[in-house]
Amino acid sequence: MNAPNSFRNQPPTGANSFRQQPDSRGHFGQFGGRFVAETLMPLVLDLDREYRAAKADPAFRAEFDDLLEHYVGRPSPLYHAERLSDALRTGAPAGMGAQVWFKRDELNHTGAHKINNCIGQILLAIRMGKTRIIAETGAGQHGVATAAVCARFGLPCVIYMGAKDVERQQPNVFRMKLLGAEVRPVTSGAATLSDAMNEGLRDWVANVHDTFYIIGTAAGPHPYPELVRDFQSVIGREAREQMLARTGRLPDMLVAAIGGGSNAIGLFHPFLDDPSVAMLGVEAAGHGLGGSEHAASLAGGFPGILHGNKTYLLQDEDGQIAEGHSISAGLDYPGIGPEHAWLRDIGRVEYDSATDAEALDAFQLLCRTEGIIPALEPAHAIAAVARRARTMRADQIILANLCGRGDKDIFTVANALGVAI
Amino acid sequence: MTARLAAAFAPNRPALIAFVTAGDPSPAATPAILDAIVAGGADVIELGMPFTDPMADGPAIQNANIRSLAAGTRTADVLAIAKDFRARHPEVPLVLMGYANPMVRRGAEWFAAEAAEAGVDGVICVDIPPEEDDALGPQLRAHDIAPIRLATPTTHEARLAQVLDGAGGFLYYVSVAGITGLQQAATGSIEDAVARLKATTELPVAVGFGIRTPDQAAAVARVADGVVVGSAIVDLVAQHGGAPAPIEAFVRSLADAVATARQGVTA
Repeated sequence: MNAPNSFRNQPPTGANSFRQQPDSRGHFGQFGGRFVAETLMPLVLDLDREYRAAKADPAFRAEFDDLLEHYVGRPSPLYHAERLSDALRTGAPAGMGAQVWFKRDELNHTGAHKINNCIGQILLAIRMGKTRIIAETGAGQHGVATAAVCARFGLPCVIYMGAKDVERQQPNVFRMKLLGAEVRPVTSGAATLSDAMNEGLRDWVANVHDTFYIIGTAAGPHPYPELVRDFQSVIGREAREQMLARTGRLPDMLVAAIGGGSNAIGLFHPFLDDPSVAMLGVEAAGHGLGGSEHAASLAGGFPGILHGNKTYLLQDEDGQIAEGHSISAGLDYPGIGPEHAWLRDIGRVEYDSATDAEALDAFQLLCRTEGIIPALEPAHAIAAVARRARTMRADQIILANLCGRGDKDIFTVANALGVAI
Repeated sequence: MTARLAAAFAPNRPALIAFVTAGDPSPAATPAILDAIVAGGADVIELGMPFTDPMADGPAIQNANIRSLAAGTRTADVLAIAKDFRARHPEVPLVLMGYANPMVRRGAEWFAAEAAEAGVDGVICVDIPPEEDDALGPQLRAHDIAPIRLATPTTHEARLAQVLDGAGGFLYYVSVAGITGLQQAATGSIEDAVARLKATTELPVAVGFGIRTPDQAAAVARVADGVVVGSAIVDLVAQHGGAPAPIEAFVRSLADAVATARQGVTA
């Protein structure tokens, strides 16, 4: 097929479009913005200017598309999961049980959707003459993708990773090192993703002259939420075209897991102006929304300001940031991208959650019905698919983003299932 | 009251601005520490509001934040500390320094009103740049609290007007592109930067980041209207468990050095 890779190639936007955010200050309604220290402000403004120029530059787009095709392996397949669909119809009323389809972004180089964004940002870094790359990582997927593109372009790379995550994600730490990155464990705070992001910002503020910060999710100061979304929107553009080509129609519902929300916004954004397409973002409910051990910033948080943007945050009544918890290290971030905060408040996208236990069940279900080992992040999306499919007619279509593969998670899953490997 | 702050910066009399984190090592210990800082001769108190994610701070102040929060410091404690300080020291200016989220959590109007009620003179919010001023600035100005803005080595000429628009109290020059408490900038580069800033604003210009010793403070006092010392004081709080005497002695050594530098300026 002709992959609609290039990010200029969007469906047209109308007067009441949901796809014209953010405004020139980077605000999505009341969310987003540029809440950074003065040292970083001139840099963030430079990045904004350079991103506008890159977006309008056919050579930049051509290089982005070429790397996505030949280095990342795009377009990723659109797959009809027939055995999973059948399994979910068991016990559903007659005629109920939607068809489940997957966008196979777990087949990308480095095993997740993260690489789409890293390709875009390293091209921007090179365009801006930056010679050193930094990034934060939680589960290590963004770290591995960043390390890969840095090796590909010969730029030195420092990855900040919470010391706790370094411990529980050893295979990805080793992958990053193999790819030539320096992994710096962060011991401050809770020693997880949020602290890694703080340390990334501290490095950036001290090295503004030569360093580019590749942020891994659609959050942070403007223009990051916008540019990460644009780079990840290749997921939704491909899916939209593939679905139309295969079935002659649009899906009835999109489903994606949400940590910061980059895979979800990448899938959702090109469909936002298709009124027949419902959308469901799935947060990590950890041990349950009733307690404090979860990472569902929309369900359990309040608007606040952190890491450069205004968005929903897990926090106490004094505005102190709470630690997120999830079995998935990629979802336990206490915030969420500002566009999701806006889409939730205006009601265009519905948000739900899945617990650790539900994600583990869904993980195993997909393994057994389709021969696909998903990452624990999309396992949350699959758990929500399992709930929703039964409430939809058998001729309806649910399209979920299979945004990462589960190789990195087999130790966590074995541990949770009480298996020694 | 912005007048109290203005009075602290007399011509040819550079001010010593001393930073300490509220609630470190405990909310109960902070009043005596503040009294020691005043007794040592500081002209302005910069009281840090603890935050879980102090992105612009180096290890010394990060750890002070962690100690304070571990001791159970709440926003109400910080405001009570400020209010009690104002009762004991009616003339000494006090500014709150911190991050946006604890300041806007209950609404910018709530925070500005509470801070005004507590006798706070100015607020330094690290992560609200002029572009996002409407998140807190209008409410502070309405309550006669100075929104103290930061300029840095990366703040180019064209941007300065925007930084100064709506600013109050003093202009805080962050002398190094980096986090608090680590390296110090070369005195020559500070002198140039302060001269550049003073050409564009009537506000006093205070210099901070990386100033740890009386000698460094004196060198900066010769070229700026104010000298900010933070991490070195916070380190002493940690080292002596919050005991006031060593803090008073250290602040006095800084104040003496700044005073000597003042004489150098007037001579």
